[in-house]
Amino acid sequence: MAYDIYQENILDHYENPRNFGHILNCTAKAHDTNPLCGDMFDFEVAVSEGRIQDVRFNGKGCAISTASASMLTEKIKNMTVEEAMKIEREDITEMLGVELSHVRIKCAMLPLKVMKLALIECKK
Amino acid sequence: MYNVDKIREDFPILKRKVHGRQLVYLDNAASTQKPIQVIDAWTNYYKEHNSNVHRGVHALSQEASLMHEEAHVKVGKFVGAKNPMEETVFVRNATEAANIVAYGWGMHELKAGDEVLSTVMEHHANIVPWQFLKDRGVKINFVDIDSEGNLNIEDMKEKLTKKTRLVTCVHASNVLGTINDAKEIGKIAHDNGSLFMLDGSQSVPHMQVDVKKLGCDFMIFSGHKMLAPMGTGALYAKKEILQKMHPFLGGGDMIHEVTLEKSTWNDLPWKFEAGTPDVGGSVAFSAAIDYLNKLGMDNVRKHEKEITKYAIDKLSGIGGMNIFGPKNEEKRSGLVAFNVGELHPHDVAGILDSAYSVAIRSGQHCAHPLSARLGQTSTNRASFYVYNTKQEIDILIEGILKVKEILGK
Ligand SMILES: Cc1ncc(COP(=O)(O)O)c(C=O)c1O
Repeated sequence: MAYDIYQENILDHYENPRNFGHILNCTAKAHDTNPLCGDMFDFEVAVSEGRIQDVRFNGKGCAISTASASMLTEKIKNMTVEEAMKIEREDITEMLGVELSHVRIKCAMLPLKVMKLALIECKK
Repeated sequence: MYNVDKIREDFPILKRKVHGRQLVYLDNAASTQKPIQVIDAWTNYYKEHNSNVHRGVHALSQEASLMHEEAHVKVGKFVGAKNPMEETVFVRNATEAANIVAYGWGMHELKAGDEVLSTVMEHHANIVPWQFLKDRGVKINFVDIDSEGNLNIEDMKEKLTKKTRLVTCVHASNVLGTINDAKEIGKIAHDNGSLFMLDGSQSVPHMQVDVKKLGCDFMIFSGHKMLAPMGTGALYAKKEILQKMHPFLGGGDMIHEVTLEKSTWNDLPWKFEAGTPDVGGSVAFSAAIDYLNKLGMDNVRKHEKEITKYAIDKLSGIGGMNIFGPKNEEKRSGLVAFNVGELHPHDVAGILDSAYSVAIRSGQHCAHPLSARLGQTSTNRASFYVYNTKQEIDILIEGILKVKEILGK
């Protein structure tokens, strides 16, 4: 099928994004956009003793970027900051479980970038 | 008779299959496809005539020089220049043309306190070069649009001051499709003693544009959006202005005499074309103009109006569609930007491509301030040209219905 990047799990996370919203007392937050399409995400994290206790995202993006953000929040909750900082492109494609063109991979990678920016803020 | 089937035969790429299906190319506002006549002109130049211009006395150099010069005349005449050769500067694209004006004219003529009046519906090409002048204390103001996406002329008059040295606007918007009343805006600018620059990137390829009738002091446009190769474009400017204007790039070809202390400038338009030019591109640009002249720009406009009206009617029939720009096809060029409810344009364009082989643009179309003004993070845009058909619009519509089904919103 030609639109098989729109797998059930991706559509599910797109339609019902997990951890969407805000954290009342977050340790740090970050914001970034993709100038090509105008997608924008905010990540807020609550970290204590080097471990991610809570993470929320909000913003606006396509199905791929939204699903990527949503899955990422699930993935990193309870990870240490060190572990989360090691997540890379391959981990994101594996997490999404679909083959992405080199344009759409940018959609999938934006949430990771914003999450890392937030974690870097924490360390400051 | 305007025969689309016959026109399509001239475009080799339109026969291409993408993802196993017939390509439907609806991204013409970004760049158009090229007819075989243009491709042949380019290859023929390199097979038969290639040589550097204005430098050699040998036969090939003379042929290349002549072809390069004739191309300037052809392009200049196409937009109604009074002095087609001297008033047509070849550039890589409209963006470069805008920068020649900002650097050559703006950086030398404008002082602290002077103003440039642009609009919120501009492509970045007609915003960013002016922002460079802010360091000199030049103020940049922007005319607003109304709710339908027409330029607000009252707002323009209010923002015009004694200090406004240049009024610049797009002729046809690459997002809204709005065709601005360039003649009226030119008059408003001149009555105020300001110069008038028009961004013809989305009008020159699609309708008859006459710089004399519109009162342009400058006009910028890209060849690659009108059947010519990428790397081609032109700056039109009035001879008197170019004569006084400072060159942008310095080096070979643009000089008359050089000593170690100073230089004097070459004749127009060469004063603004430093270094070895893209002669193959010029020759192919010229062939593109021949092709369009043969079709007749009035016929091109008529064809696109028909396709655009058909597309807007069909798109409006789909529930939850958000269509941008003027509703009346007389007031818009051959493109339509839309959103499918809340669906993200990348998802819409992605599925249209992968399942229907329909190429449309999605994103902010190099007009971030306009996106912000419209309150849209991004939009889809289908844009048409001489070879598009109603059957292709039908495929677009079928694809959009499928997108709605898959993403179920
Ligand atoms: C209205 C408008 N102005 C300027 C440009 C810039 O054209 P180019 O990228 O060829 O310089 C474009 C093309 O995208 C356009 O649509």
